[in-house]
Amino acid sequence: MENTTRIQVPTMAEMMAKGESPDVLFWVGCAGSFDDRAKKITKAFVKILNHLDYKFAVLGTEESCSGDPAKRAGNEFLFQMQAMANIEVMNAYEVKRIVTTCPHCFNTLKNEYPELGGHFEVIHHTQMLQSLIDEGRLTVDGGVYKGKKITFHDPCYLGRANEVYQAPRSLIQNLDAELVEMKRCKSRGFCCGAGGAQMFKEPEKGSKDVNIERTEEALETKPDIIATGCPFCNTMMTDGVKNKEKEEQVKVLDLAEMIATAKDL
Amino acid sequence: MGISNLIFALCVGAAAFLFGKNVIKIKRNIMLGRDIDRSDRSSERWKTMARVALGQSKMVVRPVAGFLHILVYLGFVIINIEVLEIVIDGLLGTHRVFAFMGGFYDFLIGSFEILALLVLVSCVIFLIRRNVVQIKRFVMKEMDGWPKTDANLILIFEILLMSAFLLMQGADLTLQKLGAAHYIQAGAYPVSSFLASLFDGMSMEAVLGFERGFWWFHILGILGFLNYLPYSKHFHIILAFPNTYYSKLEPKGAFTNMESVTKEVQMMMDPNADSFAAPAEGVADEEPQRFGAKDVNDLNWVQLMNAYSCTECGRCTSECPANQTGKLLSPRKIMMDTRDRLEEYGANLDAKEKNPDDGKYLLDNYITREELWACTSCNACTQACPLNIDPLSIILDMRRYLVMEESAAPTELNTMFTNVENNGAPWQFSAMDRLNWKDEA
Ligand code: SF4
Ligand code: SF4
Repeated sequence: MENTTRIQVPTMAEMMAKGESPDVLFWVGCAGSFDDRAKKITKAFVKILNHLDYKFAVLGTEESCSGDPAKRAGNEFLFQMQAMANIEVMNAYEVKRIVTTCPHCFNTLKNEYPELGGHFEVIHHTQMLQSLIDEGRLTVDGGVYKGKKITFHDPCYLGRANEVYQAPRSLIQNLDAELVEMKRCKSRGFCCGAGGAQMFKEPEKGSKDVNIERTEEALETKPDIIATGCPFCNTMMTDGVKNKEKEEQVKVLDLAEMIATAKDL
Repeated sequence: MGISNLIFALCVGAAAFLFGKNVIKIKRNIMLGRDIDRSDRSSERWKTMARVALGQSKMVVRPVAGFLHILVYLGFVIINIEVLEIVIDGLLGTHRVFAFMGGFYDFLIGSFEILALLVLVSCVIFLIRRNVVQIKRFVMKEMDGWPKTDANLILIFEILLMSAFLLMQGADLTLQKLGAAHYIQAGAYPVSSFLASLFDGMSMEAVLGFERGFWWFHILGILGFLNYLPYSKHFHIILAFPNTYYSKLEPKGAFTNMESVTKEVQMMMDPNADSFAAPAEGVADEEPQRFGAKDVNDLNWVQLMNAYSCTECGRCTSECPANQTGKLLSPRKIMMDTRDRLEEYGANLDAKEKNPDDGKYLLDNYITREELWACTSCNACTQACPLNIDPLSIILDMRRYLVMEESAAPTELNTMFTNVENNGAPWQFSAMDRLNWKDEA
């Protein structure tokens, strides 16, 4: 059954015009805004926020790339120009709290913006969802995921880079699913191959693509679902599963999508 | 004081002098790096050092190697108490000068022997792991030649030192039993009592000769080993401590914001900024620094200290996604190259011409562009490093040089830059379409 209620996505400008301010700014990110697969994650997260009547807003066309790929590729100029422009916009709206579905934006906004004048509380959507569950505001049961075997791929910029390991795992457990760990997980998790601006270029010569190596490892756990919390990891793992011709049996999903589906939103 | 005491004093003095000289040279080399402020949060830094260097917390991630390494490390630290006694004895012509401690002395000597045996066994296992089992990270290309020899030499050195110590103990015990003058009854010999039978039936003079021989071999070996450190990856036993103390405390994902860039960007973005403002005192005549790193002197001193601290263990490389999928990049090689180039750069400074400029650079002559562009910035290397070394920061600084000084990024990345600049996204979508998703089914 396809749910057809339209999602509500207020912008900061609209809120400001009404003299209101949101409880949180949802930083959508470039992938979440433009990439077809990632847009589904964005919408799933918005559906959950709408369902909870959570007062949030997005920057819409006033949002611009966080600068992460430029910075990691060595273009510090471009990064700082992006950062300062974004900070100026957000400071003008007096933004205090930001949630994002992209670990790269999460990391950059949280760790690299403060020095440049952007002081915000930044959280990843898996952290926000888990604390909403802890507060009792969001209730989930397994739904279609009950008893399913799910493995979680740690995004480098969520895990090692910021030591968020537990929130996404708690969410999986909240879905009454069976969490199976890969050999290399948590602080020793193996990269999907997209970080450091690799997403935007062909890989160097080697014996194998990084995402294939990681997908093989994920498939070794014989999962029904490979869960992640990053639009780039999602792309890499989806490509990997297709390469292994396993897309019929194994789905690659973001935790926001799983919660939204479990709640039939 | 006899002639042997004099010779001994000369040996110790010469060893200390030579070692000091080499340490000063290494310090000079490290200080060729750019400044970086790591003087903050000192209590956190002490704790990191206590945990990671003293407590070896990251070694035990690999339990077998971690456990054996802790044995060798403990052995090394504790057996050094014995060296103190040996040095005093050597200088004053005394024998077992600490024996007055009685039961406690017996306990000490007994534990030294047990530790010495454990160190010996561990080193033999390490040698087997490297040369017989050929664990992958020890036989990779960058280990060919000197690095491999270095690793084996260290282990052989330690095995010889421990053997000499135990044999010396065994001979001493025999002499005590024979009632040799000078050889007071002291100490406990849980290991060497089994070796004492080697000296059965020998004349007292012969045993004396052996005892002195092993004694000299042991102490001269230690002095030699000390002077081997500055040429070896084994220097980590000293630098592990400052290296962890000054390691990065920010979350791993936080990369530095380059101050020099901030100034320029602020100037560009703020039309009121006074671009003709007089630079601060003293800054005026300094040559403008390169953006990023082309050579070792463009790196900061923490990165250079990292290079001298690297143990070449390869834990970083064995977790690196690029390396594990057959790319050229190896974070260990990044550190080894940095050290090698820094040594070369330092040697140029010490040569007659005192000119570090030999037409060579860390970039291209040591580290290729292909290696640099293969990094996913995943931080697996920094996580794996038992000494908190940060190869990623060097890779990033070299990318910064390539992009900002040479505009030499791979074409696809240049396209990505243009997109970010023009559309605020790494792909070619119009910034005005950024919210379109909300109305799509
Ligand atoms: S950060 Fe780069 S060098 Fe380090 S492990 Fe990851 S890919 Fe390898
Ligand atoms: S950088 Fe660290 S992990 Fe890598 S080889 Fe050196 S000491 Fe080992």
